[in-house]
Amino acid sequence: MTGQGGDVRSPYHDYSDWFGREDAARIQRKAQQAEAFFRTTGITFNVYGEDEADERLIPFDVVPRIISASEWRRLSRGIEQRVRALNAFLHDIYHRQEILRAGRVPAELISRNEAFLPMMMGMDPPGGVYTHISGIDIVRTGADEFYVLEDNARTPSGVSYMLENRETMLQMFPELFARISVREVGDYPLNLLKSLSACAPPACNGTPTVAVLTPGIHNSAYFEHSFLADQMGAELVEGHDLRVVEGRVAMRTTQGYTAIDVLYRRVDDDFLDPLNFRADSMLGVPGIWDVYRAGGITIANAPGTGIADDKALYSYMPDIIEFYTGEKALLPNVPTWRCSEPEHLREVLDRLPELVVKEVHGSGGYGMLVGPAASKKEIAAFRAKLEANPRNYIAQPTLSLSTVPIFTKAGLAPRHVDLRPFVLMSPQGIRITPGGLTRVAMRKGSLVVNSSQGGGTKDTWVLED
Amino acid sequence: MLGKTAGSLYWMARYLERSENNARLIDAGFRIALTRSSTARSEWRSVLVTAGQDFAFRQAHGEDYTSQRVVDFLLRDPANPSSILSVVKRARDNARTARTYLTREVWEAVNTSWMTLGALLKRQVREDDLPDVLAAIRQQSAQVGGTFSGTMLRNDGYNFARLGTFLERADNTARILDVKYYLLLPSVAHIGSSIDNVQWETILRSVSAHRAYHWLYGAEISALKIAEFLILYRQMPRSLAFCCDQMNDNLGLLRRTYDEETEAVRMGASMCRDRLSRPIASIFDGGLHEFITDFLRANAALAQQIERDYRFVE
Repeated sequence: MTGQGGDVRSPYHDYSDWFGREDAARIQRKAQQAEAFFRTTGITFNVYGEDEADERLIPFDVVPRIISASEWRRLSRGIEQRVRALNAFLHDIYHRQEILRAGRVPAELISRNEAFLPMMMGMDPPGGVYTHISGIDIVRTGADEFYVLEDNARTPSGVSYMLENRETMLQMFPELFARISVREVGDYPLNLLKSLSACAPPACNGTPTVAVLTPGIHNSAYFEHSFLADQMGAELVEGHDLRVVEGRVAMRTTQGYTAIDVLYRRVDDDFLDPLNFRADSMLGVPGIWDVYRAGGITIANAPGTGIADDKALYSYMPDIIEFYTGEKALLPNVPTWRCSEPEHLREVLDRLPELVVKEVHGSGGYGMLVGPAASKKEIAAFRAKLEANPRNYIAQPTLSLSTVPIFTKAGLAPRHVDLRPFVLMSPQGIRITPGGLTRVAMRKGSLVVNSSQGGGTKDTWVLED
Repeated sequence: MLGKTAGSLYWMARYLERSENNARLIDAGFRIALTRSSTARSEWRSVLVTAGQDFAFRQAHGEDYTSQRVVDFLLRDPANPSSILSVVKRARDNARTARTYLTREVWEAVNTSWMTLGALLKRQVREDDLPDVLAAIRQQSAQVGGTFSGTMLRNDGYNFARLGTFLERADNTARILDVKYYLLLPSVAHIGSSIDNVQWETILRSVSAHRAYHWLYGAEISALKIAEFLILYRQMPRSLAFCCDQMNDNLGLLRRTYDEETEAVRMGASMCRDRLSRPIASIFDGGLHEFITDFLRANAALAQQIERDYRFVE
């Protein structure tokens, strides 16, 4: 909330005024109400590997994270550029592979990558869109310094928290929204529906039928899947509701099978089609791949997009952006060591206690080392893993991440945050919801914001001009 | 709508109805156990039989038909897959699956019900707390019922949920009659001992209708009238006739919505017509036990037909 000199930063002026006049006990009460509200609404997530607390709440902080209109303009330009480049890259990788021929990205990084899907070669997804929905994780390190931490081009989650956080804030502090002009986020589900509908496959006639594919009620993000289906007025389907009927993917309704045009799938590529991918998958639809190839259905995001958000590829993003857009990247990458390269690996091993090391295919904050926060023993154990399989890792410096205030019993306290804006893409264009999901490390000094590791969230405000 | 979703709404409603019915059975059993300790064990046993849980009980606890044991078993025993606690959990799982078809109010009521009962039934319930706990279960159920009728669109999803409610309720009332039918047989009834009076009161209490009965029939309790009240009286919301009417109404609405005359629609209509359009004396003539057995079978067959016709599962 405050800048280097301790003054309140300008986007926070109005909020700070309001907060200064509020009774801390009242805000404390509101914070407790928020928790009860999340519980009854069932806004929970399941934690893998924990039998006990089957469903947990993500801690919610009542102090909004505020971004000025001009900061947002800068950010959204950079995000849009990045998402265009990601799509161009995917199209190229699955067609002529110009970027590999030009030597800007090493060919073996693609061919030997598990996220690369050879079956997508030569395939044109409806509307030419690969990443219908993406989430670009951004951190801030100074007044004008933003970095992209990672790209999420598979099935980014968290958008339901962005929406429910705003809803909660509106219920708890309506007077704040009368006083401060905050840009709307609630139209996301409708924009998602429009955007998906605009990518309908050739086989669709009439209004496209959209469905959300979920692994089921035990999936950690089930709440979000049902929430989005509900808000879009789309059916929420599981693999066993679907089958291929007369060349279309169809869902079993009370009156027989009805064709689906656009499937917003929240299952991984591997599980999509037991005939063509993992044979043991019970989550997908046998034969969906053949329907897809024949233009009978749109799968969002397209299969094989994982190659674009691969962490090993991440370090090439500035080149990728330049190659396809002819412009310099507007949002910089965090400097990254690729452990697959011997010199990089040597440097990483030397400086392990000060670096963050991540698995190339990992997500959710699992399997990573945060050097400054790790014990000697943990570092030694990680060193062994790293030496055994260096290609599996990248490393980054620990950034001096910006903090924003959270509300604690002792008053406001600074915590590290990141930001995940959500980006929709269709032939009609790119749309970025103002703000996104702010994740916050609830423990003092912690840099890990993942909800699976105890991180929380807060509402994100982009101010009107 | 998806067949699976229709099935989830239907099962959500069935489980919610079941938890409420079981709470009522516990209530009636508890009352008789308090006032008549000599017959308490056999009374608890018949409660378990009515709830269809006697087999599971004996597997876990043998012949230990004490109030403590039976009440705990019915409410929350982990050895009992049909305890109120696990039935409410299943109702909630089904509600989660059908979440997109429920209003926020209904979902929150179901979820709150699951959370509240989870807290209330965390430990074994003490005998003097039992009335409060049973009241809370009824209250939660009323909350769900109220939001359901107050906020849900009257569409096919609504009809499937109602079908679940009334199939379950008819099944429950018929089971109560099935377990107690011997008390209603004329040969026993004309003995007219006071024991039978208490037993008959228990039957009425287990469908929350002893006051309604007295309004209708006055002070005299007779086997014939009780049977008539529970089977044929169309204004009594837990009678077989009432449940059948409701099932047929909802099946009729589905027929109109889908413009499809399913086998289930036909079966529902005939169940009502063939079995419930005759005087109680004629039912007794044909044998009360046979009547109930036949009704239970027809009700179960209708349930299966609904699952098939509306594609709840593949």
